[in-house]
Amino acid sequence: MHILEGEGVTKYFGGLAAVSDVSFYVDEGEVVGLIGPNGAGKTTLFNLISAALEPKTGEIRFKGKKINGLKPYQICRLGIARTFQTVKIFGNLPVIENVRIGSLFGPFKGLSTADATREANELLEFMGLSDVAYAPARDLTLAHQKRLEVARALATKPTLLMLDELMAGLNQTELIEAMDLVKKIREKGTTIVMIEHVMKAIMNICDRIIVLHHGKKIADGTPQEVANSKTVIEVYLGEASDAGN
Amino acid sequence: MDFSKINWKKAAITAGIPLVILIFLGLWPTIGPQYWVTLFSYFLLYIIISVSWTIFSGATGYISLASAAFYGIGIYAAALFREQFAANLPLIVVVLIGGLASFVLAFIVGAITLRLKGIYFAMFTFGLVLLLKEVIYYWEIQFNDLRGRFVAPESNDTIYYYLLGIFVITMIVAYLIRRSKYGLALQIIGENEEAAAHTGINVTMVKVLTYAVSAIFIGAAGVIMATKLTYVDPGVAFSPMMSFSPVLMAIFGGMGSIYGPVIGAVIFTYIEEILKTGSMKNYYMLIFGVILIGVILYLPNGIVGSIQNLWKRISGARRAHTRG
Amino acid sequence: MDLIINIVLGGLLIGGIYSLISMGLSLQYGVAKVLNIAHGEFLMVGAFITYWLQQNGVDPLLTIVVGGPLLFLVGFILYRTVFTSIRLKAPNTGVYESNSLLAAFGLYFIVQNIAVLIWGTTPQRFSYLASSVTILGEDFNENRLVATAFAVAIGAAFYLFLERTRIGKAIRAAAQDPLTAGLMGVDINFVLALCFGFGAAMAGLAGVLISICYPITTTMGLGYTVIAIVVVTLGGLGSIPGSFIGGFILGIIGTGVTYWEPGLAVASYYVIFIILLLVRPKGIMGK
Repeated sequence: MHILEGEGVTKYFGGLAAVSDVSFYVDEGEVVGLIGPNGAGKTTLFNLISAALEPKTGEIRFKGKKINGLKPYQICRLGIARTFQTVKIFGNLPVIENVRIGSLFGPFKGLSTADATREANELLEFMGLSDVAYAPARDLTLAHQKRLEVARALATKPTLLMLDELMAGLNQTELIEAMDLVKKIREKGTTIVMIEHVMKAIMNICDRIIVLHHGKKIADGTPQEVANSKTVIEVYLGEASDAGN
Repeated sequence: MDFSKINWKKAAITAGIPLVILIFLGLWPTIGPQYWVTLFSYFLLYIIISVSWTIFSGATGYISLASAAFYGIGIYAAALFREQFAANLPLIVVVLIGGLASFVLAFIVGAITLRLKGIYFAMFTFGLVLLLKEVIYYWEIQFNDLRGRFVAPESNDTIYYYLLGIFVITMIVAYLIRRSKYGLALQIIGENEEAAAHTGINVTMVKVLTYAVSAIFIGAAGVIMATKLTYVDPGVAFSPMMSFSPVLMAIFGGMGSIYGPVIGAVIFTYIEEILKTGSMKNYYMLIFGVILIGVILYLPNGIVGSIQNLWKRISGARRAHTRG
Repeated sequence: MDLIINIVLGGLLIGGIYSLISMGLSLQYGVAKVLNIAHGEFLMVGAFITYWLQQNGVDPLLTIVVGGPLLFLVGFILYRTVFTSIRLKAPNTGVYESNSLLAAFGLYFIVQNIAVLIWGTTPQRFSYLASSVTILGEDFNENRLVATAFAVAIGAAFYLFLERTRIGKAIRAAAQDPLTAGLMGVDINFVLALCFGFGAAMAGLAGVLISICYPITTTMGLGYTVIAIVVVTLGGLGSIPGSFIGGFILGIIGTGVTYWEPGLAVASYYVIFIILLLVRPKGIMGK
């Protein structure tokens, strides 16, 4: 069953189409990669799904029900959680409090304080953040802040998790840890859509890859298919030669 | 709950000290000299306004400059409902009307402006005070042929006890919000509004409702103060100082704790009292400006916050503090 | 018809000065990110310096040479001391903007009350170029024409300065993106202080021009600040042509409403401001 579907989703910014007539689906239990050059509309698509933005036309459905037009908090309570390209944690609060907030407000029926604390501890354990549970979140390293954001998202009990460039800016060791983490989350049964530039991670983890370019979907298939797609190679080679100029 | 873990000594202090203060304040009109009873009314007034301001603005970081508008609405509620429409409405009913009117005004303002960037919200709310002042002046002169109105006075003790009542309710509400899940939601809206929305918080509802609730106490206090002023006009009711005072008092005292705005309010009310006559008034406002800039530059956490930081540093030196 | 000509011409005459004030605020908020609520106080100081020098026999228009540079210096130093410190301590732009707004309110209280203590609150005026000139059948005082001409000339000169000079380019770069401008070798603190100084100077010059046409009081500043904020919201932040167009539009609206009902002129500005904020916060010329 398609857990998430988009049909002809379109969004303009000042007359320019950031996302143009994009249709897509995500199946339950899948890990889907969303790739494309900078400015391809990947984060815009995330913003449309999570209701940070509203599409001009088109429809987005979650578990068969139309969700565009809802507010971000409603999307979260329905079971779609997200992280951000630039981390948005609650820096002045302790790490554990960041996660508790997810449990208190995120699920359809928020947890009691005691349950939220217990669950936050479990999640921090799962994420390997137990040692820093009581430090102010702003004092963490970037890799840890990104993990914290994932922990907060998981605390809202999502069925679909959207990760926006989880791997960007991480060193080799952290990268491998992050890849393991994504696999572990998927094993728990959570469906994942991830925007990523690190090809190694994408090819390694994803079941399917959707490629956006100039706001349009140009490819959709298994990592193998996408890697061999002529259009995709052209786009990325074009990008590379642009960068060379 | 594990009762053995409750720190009884701490609990006694948290519940005991406010109780002792409340008993003292309750008895004050019978033991204190008249001058000091009046001065304490002003302390209570400014505590109510600065604590109310802090409930919303302190937590979210949206600077509201509409306190004078809510206060003025309360004053005009008294002028209209005590004198014009129904001369014999009991004071308590008028207080409720004033609080309700402020709630409604704040709700409307919040609903239409809280989606604006912080600085525009500040400008909008300040503009609202000036707009109300101008429009009510115009309305009074044009249609009622008067500039100001008289409000029947109440005794000093009545005024004092009403303010004490509003003060107690304000403090309890501020305390409960701060301690609740709802207060946590407010705080993280102040930290990062976007992330808060995507973590399941109905940001608009929380902001608008809190803003409206915090305005109730300011409006109610306005009703009482009208009976003390006895003559009111838009210039008195909508004085911009009423918008700035709570901001300075709260920032000066410190918004990290509930005591901060209280301490700030008492200090500034006392300074104003000393410097209230003639051109001394201008010296007060001059000092007001200097302290405002000084506090922003050198006391970002206010007096209470700075003392707490100092205390932490002293005790931190003893217990080596490790960071993640 | 006469009435319309009179309102439009009168509006254009005051609108020139509004444009100058607003350009100053546009620089301070558009580039330096300080919504300077004390902007009108600099104007008031400019006006009272002119008044004071005029009482001592100095030609009011000569004050431009003194008042402009003096207020520039005051603004520049203020930014280097108070606002730079706030900027460097703030964790993000939002906190910087809120704190500098509050500091500007502090400045407003300080400047206004010092002025009241020195000059009192009674309105002052002096007569200068008071003979009347007839345009399209309507009579206007010569001083208003001179003031408008100077306001437009100063505004145009500043526009050329921004477009043509190296410092002007640095200012525009800083307005676009302070971070990158900083990386590209622009001393960002210096440029922002420069903008704040220029903003203060323009307010001061507007004050000089206002004092030769209208009565002045030590409490008039806030009214002009409000006008500047409305014009900047109307014309679009950081746009000099926008400041001109916005200034003239508000001048005409203000003159029109004053004809109809003087008690509502100021209220009409707020109404315009509120509607703009809700409908088009970027302004008519904003990008």
